[in-house]
Amino acid sequence: MKFDRPAEANASDRLLVLGQPHSRVEGRLKTTGAAPYAYERQDVAEGQLYGYPLGAAISRGRILSMDTEAATAAPGVRAVVTTLDMDPLPKDSHNVNRLFGGADVEHYHQAIAVVVADTFEQARSATNLIKVEYHAEQATLDLSEVTPPETEPAADTGDFDTAFANAPVTLDEIYTTPAQTHAMMEPHASVAEWKDGKLTVWTSSQMIKWWRDALAKTLSLDVEDVRVESPYIGGGFGGKLFLRADAVLAALGSKATGRPVKLALPRPLMTNNTTHRAQTIQRIRLAADNDGKLIALGHDNLSNTPPGGDGEDATSQSLSFYGAPNMRIVNRVAEMKMPESNSMRAPGDAAGLMTLEIAMDEMAERLGMDPVEFRALNDTQVVPSNPKQKFSHRNFVDCLRHGAKEFGWTNPAPASRREGHWLIGQGMAGAYRGSPASTSGARVRLQADGRVIVETDMTDIGTGSYTILAQTAAEMMGLPIEKVEVRLGDSRYPVSSGSGGQFGAASSTAGLYAACVALRAQIAERLQADAATLDFRDGEVHDGTRSVSLASLASDGELVAEDKIEFGEFRSKEYELATFAAHFVETAVNAYTGEVRLRRMLAVCDAGRILNPITARSQVIGGMTMAVGAALMEHLEVDSGRAFFANHDLASYEVPVHLDIPEQTVIFMQQDDPYSTPLKAKGVGELGVCGVAAAVANAVYNATGVRVRDYPITLDRYLDRLPEV
Amino acid sequence: MRAFSYERATTPEAAAAAAVATPNAKFIAGGTNLLDLMKLEIEAPTHLVDVNGLGLDTVEPTDDGGLRIGALVRNTDLAADAQVRRDYPLLSRALVAGASGQLRNKATTAGNLLQRTRCPYFYDTNMPCNKRNPGSGCAALTGVSRQLAVIGGSDACIATHPGDMAVAMRALDAVVETVDAEGATRAIPMAEFHRLPGDEPERDTVLNTGEFITAVTLPAPVGGRQIYHKVRDRASYAFALVSVAAIIHPDGTGRVAFGGVAHKPWRVEEAEAEMPNGARAVAARVFADAAPRPDNAFKLPLAERTLALVLAEAKE
Ligand SMILES: Cc1cc2nc3c(=O)[nH]c(=O)nc-3n(C[C@H](O)[C@H](O)[C@H](O)COP(=O)(O)OP(=O)(O)OC[C@H]3O[C@@H](n4cnc5c(N)ncnc54)[C@H](O)[C@@H]3O)c2cc1C
Ligand code: SF4
Repeated sequence: MKFDRPAEANASDRLLVLGQPHSRVEGRLKTTGAAPYAYERQDVAEGQLYGYPLGAAISRGRILSMDTEAATAAPGVRAVVTTLDMDPLPKDSHNVNRLFGGADVEHYHQAIAVVVADTFEQARSATNLIKVEYHAEQATLDLSEVTPPETEPAADTGDFDTAFANAPVTLDEIYTTPAQTHAMMEPHASVAEWKDGKLTVWTSSQMIKWWRDALAKTLSLDVEDVRVESPYIGGGFGGKLFLRADAVLAALGSKATGRPVKLALPRPLMTNNTTHRAQTIQRIRLAADNDGKLIALGHDNLSNTPPGGDGEDATSQSLSFYGAPNMRIVNRVAEMKMPESNSMRAPGDAAGLMTLEIAMDEMAERLGMDPVEFRALNDTQVVPSNPKQKFSHRNFVDCLRHGAKEFGWTNPAPASRREGHWLIGQGMAGAYRGSPASTSGARVRLQADGRVIVETDMTDIGTGSYTILAQTAAEMMGLPIEKVEVRLGDSRYPVSSGSGGQFGAASSTAGLYAACVALRAQIAERLQADAATLDFRDGEVHDGTRSVSLASLASDGELVAEDKIEFGEFRSKEYELATFAAHFVETAVNAYTGEVRLRRMLAVCDAGRILNPITARSQVIGGMTMAVGAALMEHLEVDSGRAFFANHDLASYEVPVHLDIPEQTVIFMQQDDPYSTPLKAKGVGELGVCGVAAAVANAVYNATGVRVRDYPITLDRYLDRLPEV
Repeated sequence: MRAFSYERATTPEAAAAAAVATPNAKFIAGGTNLLDLMKLEIEAPTHLVDVNGLGLDTVEPTDDGGLRIGALVRNTDLAADAQVRRDYPLLSRALVAGASGQLRNKATTAGNLLQRTRCPYFYDTNMPCNKRNPGSGCAALTGVSRQLAVIGGSDACIATHPGDMAVAMRALDAVVETVDAEGATRAIPMAEFHRLPGDEPERDTVLNTGEFITAVTLPAPVGGRQIYHKVRDRASYAFALVSVAAIIHPDGTGRVAFGGVAHKPWRVEEAEAEMPNGARAVAARVFADAAPRPDNAFKLPLAERTLALVLAEAKE
């Protein structure tokens, strides 16, 4: 099915099942421990061995030798495969750093060996017996030491320099965001079986097709000989978009032993071995007239990446969020050999809004304006850098106004409220996140018992895909949700969008919609009726006076239909599709110690049709929680001399705990966006993490009167500027 | 983790004897610290002496009006003990500020005292660390040290004792009781129990090889307002940036020990004369010899301000 013009009224609009608050269809399996994650797939292959990885002890250089004698002789060891045993493995286009092979070390904890043994303990202890001799070279990981490369602006409209120079009210500040790690609950883990030239990998992947292609490329296999399965994923946040070393090492271990091998990346290895969100240094310049109308907006971003990567483009939202006639947007990327910086939840916008939305707050204050009104005044219904391109739908101003009302926003003066030892502040911020969509396929199989089975290689990374897909099929086929079985994450199923970039929910439900339309057409053909006049309801098909049960249609064998949705250019070229939110936060800051205790948080989101208010809310509050981490504590500590992230475990990389998170309220402005998909839905999974950190930062400022422009806002950054005690 | 042999001790003396009999043996109590370190091969004992069967799990009054806390009393039980809550609330508060409920259920009094530093380089066996690998150097001195010591460190090590319980015990003048393989006992005041790193950072405490902790005693209650305030980057389940354990009497006199600042709970008795004069005066004397690093210098004003908060709270 081609989606080449806005959706009209269709079968999904009934909202009998879609749009309803169904709790997760796989929730029971997960809460009872019956949903198997990759490392628990004992059932899938007999005789599994355990693999354990060894990471490089240096950040850059060469391996001179590896002595594996003691490891090979250790009890239970079946194989030791080292990086010196092979040339660098071919690199898939999605990978920036190499995953294995060869003597060169490009970053700390690069995988350099795998030990396979009968038990996990044997494999782990033998790994430590490998002796490695290195030639170490000086490396760097420190963005502040970099000379920013010359880069063409992504947008240079009007005459930025003149407009900025002549404006009555301006702001020109530098902001920084630190490197962050995904810190998902489930580490990267795989079971691999390499048998008769064919490879099967049971893993934890957000993108089945990407992994399958990447495994074939990396291990020089035909794609047809690779199978990937990943039905349950314990969080990814972008860290599982691209093939990782766990799957490669498990596969190499299996090839070496002729047995299936399971391997998980140990938590302390994950940070430097896999990907992270890059550090950024951002210069933001804003200029406005005395009424608060933005005249100029400049955003200049610097981040770092290994050669060939993209870094963190923190300017992405600045191209479209606020209207300003003069803009200069520059994204600079410094290349250095380092652990791979790559996508992490809302790549670009998350880091960009952390800073832009502080700048907007500062600017509102300089103008003497309420920050809600300042944002509302600078709303735009067209893309400022390309005014011909309109937003398909944009209700940001309603989010702002509705949020202000619900929250009881009063725009208090900075450092004006105190309760005992606590300084009380309120802050707000806007949020923007694009809503892309990509080709997505699905198969539906009507069974003789009236059930429908859905098959797609879509993944559920804890987001609720199982549930919204079940709702989609139920809605389309006129079934209760219990009559739909959803099967995901298997490369034998039709290729979907996968999960990432906030495109998964919108794309995969649209793909399933297409497959259901195909099944409805098949049924219509059987009934010699016009598909458009058929009414699917309560497990039956009604055609005027006639009604037939769905079950009876499949009594001679299942009916199978498959299709995919493909999105036309109008969606990305003629219109800009995005999601919006307004965030409000109240916080207390200890007047003596600077400790921050949030009191309440409100998000008002404009994100198209909400397919399921429960799973959507979970996405948003999860994003808000992650953003509290970004605001207040999360940062990978750069050891610049040794060029690695030093706090590479969950004891030292702190993420929020329950006590850090206050009452969270989420309001969805229910509005269909027919330009998005046939289901008129968009994504919310990344919107929730956008803008929130700045709302927290602005609240801390409002409480203390001390502005911090470097994240995370830990107390050491402002303690010396708090009032004397 | 390296392979190891294992035995269960039957008496404290036998435990001590067993630990001396095998080179590189270790006691295991709750295991919440030791097992983690063994998995990473930061500790690699060849023999484990399990002391969990020894009893030593009661809190009893002593003849001089104090309390004797068995070495194997779990942190949860100690924090909840009625006598502790009534007479030594500082200890209860410090305990519940530490780790998580699950960990405190396993963690023992002796094990808690002996928990090792959380310096990130101590935890990464690829890195030079004099405490883990004597003579290899100290990566923290040229690396990240935000969490580390601001006072009492050396050119060899600037690690901190990361715990909370010991800080309260230091303010309460607790005494550690031990027995060795020959059956000889010692009573070590908390002030002397943890060492400064000096040029032997591998030795956290003054315990000798095989010396076994049987109990910690507290002198008779001292009264006063007892407040433990732990400051950290998140609200719970994190080690202290700085903590303050204070006992404050109505006349403004009292005692104070600081956590998160040194290789041992940091208390300077002479400075306590300044308590009635406020936090600044106390901190100036307590931290007179501080040698912070650029990334942890904030701990000094933080310690002072946290004490100021505690003094203000004591007046309420
Ligand atoms: C995630 C995490 C967070 C934590 N957070 C905190 C925190 O915020 N604050 C805090 O204070 N602590 C914290 N801890 C540390 C925790 O308090 C210690 O792990 C615990 O107290 C150790 O007690 P244990 O009985 O488990 O000791 P074990 O691990 O069994 O032993 C520790 C050491 O003590 C020795 N030992 C044990 N018993 C004796 C004895 N009777 N005589 C001589 N030697 C003995 C062992 O040989 C070993 O060297 C945390 C730990 C973890 C894992
Ligand atoms: S401070 Fe101490 S524990 Fe940390 S690296 Fe240096 S020697 Fe090791």
